[in-house]
Amino acid sequence: MIHQYKLNGYNIVLDVYSGAVHVVDEVAYDIIGMYENTPKDEIVTRILNKYPDRTDVTEKDVLDCIDDIEALKAQGKLFTKDTYEGMAFDFKRRSNDIKALCLHVAHTCNLNCQYCFASQGKYQGERAIMSYEVGKQAIDFLVEHSGSHVNLEVDFFGGEPLMNWDTVKRLVEYARSIEREKNKHFRFTLTTNGVLVDDEVIDFSNREMHNVVMSLDGRREVHDRFRKDYAGNGSYDKVVPKFQKFARARGDREYYIRGTYTHYNTDFTKDIFHMADLGFTKLSMEPVVCSPDDPCALTEEDLPVLFEQYEILAKDMLRREREGHPITFYHYMIDLKHGPCIYKRISGCGSGTEYMAVTPWGDLYPCHQFVGDEKYLMGNVWEGVKNTDLRDKFKLCNVYARRDCDDCWAKLYCSGGCPANAYHATGEITGTYEYGCKLFRKRMECAIMMEAAKSLGAENGQS
Amino acid sequence: MKRIVTIETRDLAKSAVNGGCGECQTSCQSACKTSCGVANQLCENREEK
Repeated sequence: MIHQYKLNGYNIVLDVYSGAVHVVDEVAYDIIGMYENTPKDEIVTRILNKYPDRTDVTEKDVLDCIDDIEALKAQGKLFTKDTYEGMAFDFKRRSNDIKALCLHVAHTCNLNCQYCFASQGKYQGERAIMSYEVGKQAIDFLVEHSGSHVNLEVDFFGGEPLMNWDTVKRLVEYARSIEREKNKHFRFTLTTNGVLVDDEVIDFSNREMHNVVMSLDGRREVHDRFRKDYAGNGSYDKVVPKFQKFARARGDREYYIRGTYTHYNTDFTKDIFHMADLGFTKLSMEPVVCSPDDPCALTEEDLPVLFEQYEILAKDMLRREREGHPITFYHYMIDLKHGPCIYKRISGCGSGTEYMAVTPWGDLYPCHQFVGDEKYLMGNVWEGVKNTDLRDKFKLCNVYARRDCDDCWAKLYCSGGCPANAYHATGEITGTYEYGCKLFRKRMECAIMMEAAKSLGAENGQS
Repeated sequence: MKRIVTIETRDLAKSAVNGGCGECQTSCQSACKTSCGVANQLCENREEK
């Protein structure tokens, strides 16, 4: 399978199953488009008819180009066949090792964001705080079930994890204390709304947190539309200076300024550029996850606008890079040379298998987005996974379990997409959330175009 | 090739031979939390092919 598209002056051909990316001229683009279904002489005729005045488009040129296409095909870089489906069927037999936990250390929040998928941190339940004992058991559970994995990930999540900061610090201290003995390395992430960030949080996080995710939606009016405190006051003015200090102190360490865009700010690149204007360079902006009935839900009519926004962002990021002040955008961070292997690309996100969420009282769910839905309760950190049928279901929830993905060129970039989004959109974790797919495909087109532009080193098509 | 420039990419078919070590970051454990992508995960296998 191939995918052809034109973007920012580049004609791009992606060979799906090898991962090869080709930048071609318009003649080759047309020839590749016809190659599989058109006899050679017919290709020659059509191309010569389409480009009658081009001195560089002769019968020999067309035939040479076809030879090049056939050479790439022989090298396994064009029209490559799918040889991976059999590997996916073996996934039910794969190990039950766990390598990442999302610790819900606080099912409570000091903000009252209307669009929060976690319903103000409570996950449709009661307010709760994780005790040190539950957290410690979760760390032990992770280590015990991590098999030969060395790198283990723990995300301190909520609600707002800084509302249980002392426990976070004690859990980090405990995990570090057993790293050597257990031959494990913990990577911690803190996701915060910023309200309680202070110098002590910054110092500790810079020592211990592999990554810090700071929630900021962009422009003041956009951020404050949803991200209010319980008195109804916007939080922008309170959190922005703290995030600026935090980000500066991170230095080369990883962080993301992460925003959510909704129907109300489909011009979200203005929010991303606002983040950049505030001095942030590592940025992420996610489409809102909510009921289609919610007024902030994205609509079909929004899609063309959003597609254009992603293009604007890609072109502007290339400009910034050219001018020596680059920013990164999470969804455009693809490394074509050192990206994930095919196993990663077909095995799904890992929820319910190698990744689980832990509630404040120690229950296990496939991921943070399933917390609060009792049908998806998997077990707990003392007894482990008890609902093994559910685990097996998630093990098989890979790209080949979704027949809707069969003909999708982007399936080895999303691995079949988010099971939680699929569940909420279709009622099945093996369904597809088509709206999200459309946005994802657009983002991948932009990301691949940017990599091609950088690789060629000459952004001749940039506007 | 006159009309085709091939960008250097990891050969996914070859990665089937010695991939799958599982040391890479979990897909949703970084900045997104509400959507899935694997393309932006870096391979942690020093001997990747």
